[in-house]
Amino acid sequence: MHQLTLANISKALAAKQFSVRELTSHLLTRIEQLDPQLNSFITLSKDSALQQAEAADELRSTGISAPLLGVPLAHKDLFCTEGVRTSCASKMLDNFVAPYTAAVVDNLNKAGCISLGKLNMDEFAMGSSGETSFYGASKNPWDTSRVPGGSSSGSAVAVAARLVPASTGSDSGGSIRQPAAFTGLTGIKPTYGRISRWGMTAYASSFDQAGFLAHTAEDCAMLLQATAGFDERDSTSAQQPVDNYVEALSQPLKGLRVGLPQEYFDSRLDSRIGDVVHTAIDQLKQLGATFVDISLPSLPHAVPAYYVIASAEASTNLARFDGVRYGYRCEDPKDLEDLYLRSRNEAFGEEVKRRIMIGTYALSTGYYDAYYLKAQKIRRLIKNDFDSAFKNVDLILGPTTPNLPWQLGSKVNDPVAAYLEDIYTVPANLAGIPGLSMPAGMIDGLPVGVQLLAPYFQEARLLQVAHQFQQHTDWHARTPAGF
Amino acid sequence: MQWETVIGLEIHAQLATNTKIFSGSSTTFGAEPNTQASLIDLAMPGTLPVLNEEAVRMACMFGLAVDAHIAEHNIFARKNYFYPDLPKGYQTSQMDDPIVGLGHLDIALEDGSIKRVGITRAHLEEDAGKSLHEDFSGMTGIDLNRAGTPLLEIVSEPELSNAKEAVAYAKAIHTLVRYLNICDGNMAEGSFRCDCNVSVRPKGQTTLGTRTEIKNVNSFRFIERSINHEIQRQIELIEDGGKVTQETRLYDPNKDETRSMRSKEEANDYRYFPCPDLLPVHIPRDMLENLRTQLPELPTQKRERFEAAFGLSTYDASVLSASREMADYFEVVEKICQDAKLATNWVMGELSSLLNKENLDISQSPVSAEHLGGMLLRIKDNTISGKIAKMVFEAMAAGEGDADQIIEQRGLKQVTDSGAIEAMLDEVLAANAEQVEQYRVSDENKRGKMFGFFVGQAMRASKGKANPQQVNELLKQKLDQ
Repeated sequence: MHQLTLANISKALAAKQFSVRELTSHLLTRIEQLDPQLNSFITLSKDSALQQAEAADELRSTGISAPLLGVPLAHKDLFCTEGVRTSCASKMLDNFVAPYTAAVVDNLNKAGCISLGKLNMDEFAMGSSGETSFYGASKNPWDTSRVPGGSSSGSAVAVAARLVPASTGSDSGGSIRQPAAFTGLTGIKPTYGRISRWGMTAYASSFDQAGFLAHTAEDCAMLLQATAGFDERDSTSAQQPVDNYVEALSQPLKGLRVGLPQEYFDSRLDSRIGDVVHTAIDQLKQLGATFVDISLPSLPHAVPAYYVIASAEASTNLARFDGVRYGYRCEDPKDLEDLYLRSRNEAFGEEVKRRIMIGTYALSTGYYDAYYLKAQKIRRLIKNDFDSAFKNVDLILGPTTPNLPWQLGSKVNDPVAAYLEDIYTVPANLAGIPGLSMPAGMIDGLPVGVQLLAPYFQEARLLQVAHQFQQHTDWHARTPAGF
Repeated sequence: MQWETVIGLEIHAQLATNTKIFSGSSTTFGAEPNTQASLIDLAMPGTLPVLNEEAVRMACMFGLAVDAHIAEHNIFARKNYFYPDLPKGYQTSQMDDPIVGLGHLDIALEDGSIKRVGITRAHLEEDAGKSLHEDFSGMTGIDLNRAGTPLLEIVSEPELSNAKEAVAYAKAIHTLVRYLNICDGNMAEGSFRCDCNVSVRPKGQTTLGTRTEIKNVNSFRFIERSINHEIQRQIELIEDGGKVTQETRLYDPNKDETRSMRSKEEANDYRYFPCPDLLPVHIPRDMLENLRTQLPELPTQKRERFEAAFGLSTYDASVLSASREMADYFEVVEKICQDAKLATNWVMGELSSLLNKENLDISQSPVSAEHLGGMLLRIKDNTISGKIAKMVFEAMAAGEGDADQIIEQRGLKQVTDSGAIEAMLDEVLAANAEQVEQYRVSDENKRGKMFGFFVGQAMRASKGKANPQQVNELLKQKLDQ
């Protein structure tokens, strides 16, 4: 059962091949057996998952059928879930039980999904390796000495190890696409504003976007279908109509024009990954796509611009964690300042503190123009780069990451090196366009991802291309040994 | 040395919306602590603001009323600082692109002159909650009911030159926001409060002196007193060889002094930047034009109309237009009695002192405009004298009915039958024969004084009901015979 994709689970449940309860208990057992070596879950909701499973079985037995009814999922622990701890993998919120449910989770619940629990992540989504979690790093099931990527680390690991068929994640600078690439999954980051941010703990508000990690594009399409759309509670959510993603999957690729940005294939790129990408290009050519070289000249400035703006936003988004109303409070504060200083100092991890410091600095009087404003100008240039590129091509393709998953601990003391690993993913967040990573090969037993980028609100095109690719390849169907 | 004062005011007017500026919580004053604080007001993780369009509409109304520039787009920014009653750790406010740009307001000064005061800007922002220091020994309570209440911060140019002008300006803004129905103006509940920026400089100097800011002054009297105190303090400081430091000060009405809260060095670096959770606010031009048609007659327009139509002085007209209710009251009275001067005298005289004495608002007046107008008609048609009218007015205030009923019941109708008056005067003169003799041998000057005595006796004899003019005339005839 655990080898099935989400779409196949949906079909099997409809065909009554097994019950939701059977499936749910099976997965819960796997989690209890296998997760101790992977550390992908922070909170397992065993009892409520079984209750939800029985309720779903009951509905199915009365003839009610919906594609996601009874489909088990797990959620990145920055989505608020009423009555369930929502920790953001931080000591700050270790004791925080959310009083309400995030829009994306709520929509999935309404569609019939079952929540098995909450998934590990980099603390407050700050990190590209999963190592900044207060609960310890998640391990890559393809090689448990390596990172699974981040910040949606648990979301990637749990799906890759077949503990759950799909998961929610969030992507502010690559946090869905990069771990998807590192663990052999399909991960989609929709257009900024496509899915409501209501209830998703903010890291960098102008970048944060919920999305999904699953085995196939089809699975992602089903989840996106249930969650995309305007939400009046989120002023930045888009009023744009929602396409039929599932229907679009079967469209052939004939006539598709794909751009290859030269900046994605320079010396930064591990040449073995370059080879995998070119193999994928050949396969897509056979499916009718044509390729042209393009340029995104502002790309070299993307990482610094991203880290300035994201940290600036994070520095104020995290000001609410002050020990006053909820979350961690230090013991016996002697006065207000002591309460603030010690609560925040004791409960935030190193990476969170680093970004709060960077962001505070970038917004300070005298530095604002040199950092924050300049970064915003670069952001505009990058958006312009994509706008001009998409005048000539339907899609942009390149590697998701410059390198393979690295050894746990190897970049912990070199944050800048870790930041530079985001070079291929942050441009989409700066521009707000949708992106997808799909598994396209293996190097030394480690998965490699190919990234697709599309114009605003063209998620259907991303999913269609990935789906057509997956009809002719099997990289997405592989399972790490032992899982 | 001759000193000159420069004052600018920042007024926080709480907008009279039903719900908060970024959440659906009620804004009603006085609820149990934290019963009007939603997930958003508590700054729960993952919550997001949604702008209250009513607050935008109200700010635009204000902008139109002060003839201000209202840009097509305005932007919310985060003002970052830590305080327990500021749940998000930042206040959502406006910095570079406020909703209301440069405008102006004409205010009437006591000497009857009109001064045009520039309004630099007005921006929307959210209020903070309240820290409760009493009743929690060694701890502080937090009440977030007020957190997120919409405020319009109205910033004047530094163009006010003394405390009286500052008060006149503050009152004019107070009048305006109540005319526009965008703020209840309740200063005791904090719906209208004022920060006063004060500096002094030697007369003739063009550069500004170092200013201090007196925070959160919540009555017109305190605005005047705190500014006067601060001017005095700054002048004495400089004359003693000291220097004014830029700082925030607090006015203590009990001690009538200002004291330092924090200096510029201790001030926060607020790290303003555009709030990424809110889109730029678009103000469509047709919406503005539509709002413009909904503007009521504004205080200045009303004052000018009162001056032109009723021949009132600028001062009288500005007092009578100080609130919509006052102006409406006056207009009803005037319409009934058809005598603007009489109506003005009574509304600004007897009625105002009654309201002051009872500490009532015009809307709570025990004497209705209809009753007052009806009584003034009886003065005009000589049914009662002005003096009797005061009795009638008191009776109306006591709820004894309208003027006609009271005049009838108490028999206060004025005597105008000259035969009856003459008979009454003959009696008075007979009873005071000695004084009459004296009068007749006195010079003009002495006679003038004595004449008053006879009038007094005559009015007393008639219990005030004799028509005073007739008494005067007939008395003169009789004495001069």
